Amino acid sequence: MRHIISILVENKFGALARIAGMFSGRGFNIETLNVGPMMDNKLSRITATIIGDSDALDQAIKQVNKLINVLEVTEFNSGQATERELIMVKVSASAGQRSEVMQVCDIFRAKIIDVSADSVNIEMTGNANKVAAFLNLIEPYGIVEMARTGNLALKRG
Amino acid sequence: MKTEKAIDFPKQDEIGPEMKGADVLVASLEREGVDVVFAYPGGASMELHQALTKSEKIRTILPRFEQGGGFMAHGHARATGKASVCMATSGPGATNMVTCIADAYMDSIPLIAITGQVYQQFIGKTAFQETDFFGMTLPIVKHSFLVLDKEDLPRVVKEAFHIATTGRPGPVVIDIPKDVQQAIFAPTFPAEVDIPGYKIESTKPEATDAELLNVLDLISGAERPVLYIGGGIISAEAHLELREFAEVTGLPVASTLMGLGAFDAEHPQSLYWFGMHGTVAGNWAVCDSDILICAGARFDDRITGLVSKFAPDSEIVHIDIDVSEHNKNKRVKHPIHSDIKYALKRMTELVKAGKFKKPDLSAWFKTINGWKEQYPFSYDKTGHITQQEAIETLYEVTKGDAIITTGVGQHQMWAAQFFKFREPRTYISSLGLGTMGFGLPAAIGAKVAFPDRLVVNIDGDGCFMMNIQELATAKIEKINAKTIILNNQHLGMVVQWEDLLYESVRGQTILCDKDNIGGPDNIDAIYPDFVKISEGFGVAGKRVIKREDLRGAIEEMIAHDGPYVLEVIVPYTEHVLPMIKQGLGAKEILIKSE
Repeated sequence: MRHIISILVENKFGALARIAGMFSGRGFNIETLNVGPMMDNKLSRITATIIGDSDALDQAIKQVNKLINVLEVTEFNSGQATERELIMVKVSASAGQRSEVMQVCDIFRAKIIDVSADSVNIEMTGNANKVAAFLNLIEPYGIVEMARTGNLALKRG
Repeated sequence: MKTEKAIDFPKQDEIGPEMKGADVLVASLEREGVDVVFAYPGGASMELHQALTKSEKIRTILPRFEQGGGFMAHGHARATGKASVCMATSGPGATNMVTCIADAYMDSIPLIAITGQVYQQFIGKTAFQETDFFGMTLPIVKHSFLVLDKEDLPRVVKEAFHIATTGRPGPVVIDIPKDVQQAIFAPTFPAEVDIPGYKIESTKPEATDAELLNVLDLISGAERPVLYIGGGIISAEAHLELREFAEVTGLPVASTLMGLGAFDAEHPQSLYWFGMHGTVAGNWAVCDSDILICAGARFDDRITGLVSKFAPDSEIVHIDIDVSEHNKNKRVKHPIHSDIKYALKRMTELVKAGKFKKPDLSAWFKTINGWKEQYPFSYDKTGHITQQEAIETLYEVTKGDAIITTGVGQHQMWAAQFFKFREPRTYISSLGLGTMGFGLPAAIGAKVAFPDRLVVNIDGDGCFMMNIQELATAKIEKINAKTIILNNQHLGMVVQWEDLLYESVRGQTILCDKDNIGGPDNIDAIYPDFVKISEGFGVAGKRVIKREDLRGAIEEMIAHDGPYVLEVIVPYTEHVLPMIKQGLGAKEILIKSE
């Protein structure tokens, strides 16, 4: 099962290694992982998407919560949080194909942020379903390279 | 007329004079009340040792191996309940201490492991004696620090002690690069700790009255309740609260090995200890219980056996300070997050306030006492001294007034069976990690803490060999710790499993010449000669072979003014019983040899 976990940590070196180790040491696979500083730059928020059995994950979350550098751990059930991911893809597109690619981008409100003779760099944001749908449509043109932020989530309301 | 109210000034940070980082460390340790450090020097930690030589408050004891130093700190911490300090240099010095840190993590011991690190400019360069000790120890520490900024040093030390000793105790690593040790600056010693993710109030959670009243209700309605206690009682210094709670409710009490001594073994409500080699009465009472109150224990696999057969019909309450222990190994109906000392004290208050109807447990105790009578720990006296008889004789001679340390294996179990522990912090043993070689250095550490108490390491010949070099520490530092080696020339516990599960095929479990095995009937073949080795270290020793000489030899050991090694020659054929084999339940306990 897929779980989204949001962790507020002190921005200290080693904090990420401790948290990642707590999951990997228990055999969980971290699907996505994102870290960024808060307004108070002593703190960072880690958002992780983890695949695994719920009981075992409950145990791992308690262990993470015990870490001295961790202030808060939240697991979001589906619908509790807004979720987004930002991706950048470099897609093969010769002059002839470029307009088709741009059409797909329009539908998904993706942006072309760089153009060269035979490729374009596209920036696209969305939840997991939208990102997957976009990638499905764009893949036939040829994805040269890709970078993703991983899932970000923030509690609703 | 109004009285003037005194104003509470907040405690002030203290700014010290300019000094080297190493001196700042020592001054910080002194502020934490440290009076002994077990430390082995090296290139990256000699600055710290230079600073220690100037301390008038701290005794620095040199072990002969960093692991020995780490386990001395274990002995000291386990005997006192205070945080204890071991220290080593970078690289191999630090890696030699890893086992001690893992051991402290498993048994929740407040160990402060301080290591020297190479100069910061060399970190990550595969420098001489460099290892990423911070990274290496991540999964086995409660917390760790790599001090990159000299100004952080006093705060790090204060936080380390606070973290190690509060909540559920555990080891903390402080790794200090050599440039930080050598930097000269005026330190600020903080008056308070402020750790955003580790609030002081969260280190002492308190159960609600509703939760505790529910526990009392469950006990009132129970026919076969049992109180299952563990090391948490000892960590929380809650043995007096435990005794009072047990007495007002009338519950039978079964302990883990970590909890040994928390409840008087001779108390009529005591089932002593249960688990793989524990009492039949303890194991069966827990198994048959209808209400099981677990207080400060963690459902370890050596306690539960097959989890599905552990207390299968019981409604379980689990009171623990560490919420991550709830439902970890065994799903329980009533997890309660609380400091155990508070929970026990509060429940006793509620009982005394008339909120409890004492259940009639006479039928239950009749059953339990029947088991206790029918299946006590027992052994057959033979022509030779057996391990059990040696330990029982030590118990008789000392009348139980001693701190016992052990190695790991058969002798460790027999020590718990035949020495009756009546006070907390008197059975000092590596129980979670099960580290061989623990006994001698732990005894030295405990003796440093309690120079006026008798401290005896009950050891095996395999274990003793693993930290035998610490005899030098005992001799040179004049630490009067005793050792009884139960020498059976084998790795007894593994031999026992070989006998039970592998048709007695010996897989490297014989410690002497396997074609000429030493023993009570073949004295000349005994290897090595521990008395001669001890002599080489300048430590007195004696070998005892005959039963009639045993008591006198033990008395002589105790009377001797100095460290002592008593080598008792015993057969290797004895098995620790009872035994619940791995993967079985309490009802499948093996009581007599097959």
